[in-house]
Amino acid sequence: MPTPTDPETPVIEFVDVEKRFGDNIVLKDLNFSVRRGERVTLIGPSGSGKTTILRLVMTLEELTGGYIFVDGEPLTHREKDGKRVPVSAKEQKQLRTRIGMVFQQFNLFPNMTVLENIIEAPIHVLGQSKSEATAKAHSLLEQVGLPDKANEHPMSLSGGQQQRVAIARALAMDPEILLLDEVTSALDPEVVGDVLNILRTVADTTNVTMLIVTHEMSFARDVSHKVMMFDGGRVVEEGAPEKIFSDPTHERTKQFLSAVLRDA
Amino acid sequence: MDWLDQQQQYFETLQNFGPRLWDGFVLTVQLTLVGAALAFVIAVILGLMAGSPNLWLRGPARVIIEFFRGTSLLVQLFWVYYVLPLFGLTLESSFTVGVIALGVNYGAYGAEAVRASLTSVSSGQWEATVALSMSWPHKIRRIIFPQAWALMIPSLANLLVHLLKGSAVVYIVGLNDFNFELDQLRRVTDAWFAYAFIGLIAYFLFALVLTQGMRLLEIRAKHRLGQGPTIREILSPAPKMPIASAHPGSTPSLFGGKTPGGQG
Repeated sequence: MPTPTDPETPVIEFVDVEKRFGDNIVLKDLNFSVRRGERVTLIGPSGSGKTTILRLVMTLEELTGGYIFVDGEPLTHREKDGKRVPVSAKEQKQLRTRIGMVFQQFNLFPNMTVLENIIEAPIHVLGQSKSEATAKAHSLLEQVGLPDKANEHPMSLSGGQQQRVAIARALAMDPEILLLDEVTSALDPEVVGDVLNILRTVADTTNVTMLIVTHEMSFARDVSHKVMMFDGGRVVEEGAPEKIFSDPTHERTKQFLSAVLRDA
Repeated sequence: MDWLDQQQQYFETLQNFGPRLWDGFVLTVQLTLVGAALAFVIAVILGLMAGSPNLWLRGPARVIIEFFRGTSLLVQLFWVYYVLPLFGLTLESSFTVGVIALGVNYGAYGAEAVRASLTSVSSGQWEATVALSMSWPHKIRRIIFPQAWALMIPSLANLLVHLLKGSAVVYIVGLNDFNFELDQLRRVTDAWFAYAFIGLIAYFLFALVLTQGMRLLEIRAKHRLGQGPTIREILSPAPKMPIASAHPGSTPSLFGGKTPGGQG
């Protein structure tokens, strides 16, 4: 586990973050921070940069401007003599092991069983013993409601079951930060509830910081402490879920919510 | 003497010639298998280097691949046999010369197959390895290569047959391979009998053994990824169940490759 840091230090902090793909600016002058244990949901139309934020935190995208801090330490670049200097691979890896991610498309490893998927990184990245990792994996599988699937192959599971394994796999790393990227978007409607209930339990029973991108507004309302509305790579409005969902102030938020809530 | 009598006489010659022809055939088999083993090792090393984001690995790999793909096998054979000794490197056995020339030439082609199949492993798999903080050697060995392996086998099978046929030029450095012995047979019979009959059939049958062997490897590799039946099921004369329904993962194209077998 990471060294205990000052509880007041933000777990994630974005400072003047800019992300561009070629000439296309996806995020511009983005500043926000997430406190320890806070659960923040990013909402907004597609293309507004929400998923890009998660991918930047997971270092799946290259940061083109500004700084991201995790536990107060620079994740990709630090400022040195007024210049942006990349951090070492070792420093980055050290921070990255505190971050877990669940993907829209599950991304389980098809060449391994469910159990092997879960214990692979705890053993080889965190250095846990096989018996320790296996015991933990079984209890996580219990938690996600799949205690009898340990020796199945991921491809023989349904989408909802695969996503529950993916959640167990991410939690097996004991992350401080859990990134949830549209985790129910690829699922059949009738299994969305199961997956969300598991995540509600995780939210209730752990202190893990969550950064969530979802189109499930009721889930966002239930689990998050803060909702941030994005449009065109900028934060339009942010606040407590009750406030954003019942009494949005910004016109763009009202439009967006009336559109998505009508569908729901 | 009519045609039939002549053929009968040829077959008698063939009987006397049998042991020599067999020795030549065994040498061709050895050259093919040992050459292919060397080519595979070279292909994996160069393919991994060529697929690396690091320019210091990728650059040299590209130069080596383009050089050995761009020059003919015959010239490479002469090089190893005649030119290397000028630099003080004399290889004692012609067999080693043949194996090295075949290995580097087909290894260079194989490197492209390895590189292409590594990049064909879905980006979600690569991203999951980042999210689990796996080191590069770890992710390649445990996650990416096992999946790329199933994708590269068809290309490698092609190259293996090419290598078998390419091995026929080694007689030029004094190896009495199958092709050489066929030519000896031709001198005492005729071109039709030696090449079109004995040569064609023997090369074809050996190539058939190689391609079918590779096909079984491919079936096994795919089954390990949850795609398709086992080798046992393929070889059994009467499948008990329709293959597609017995293995939900076997028809990924029907389900867009994302959620085979439906969700639930």
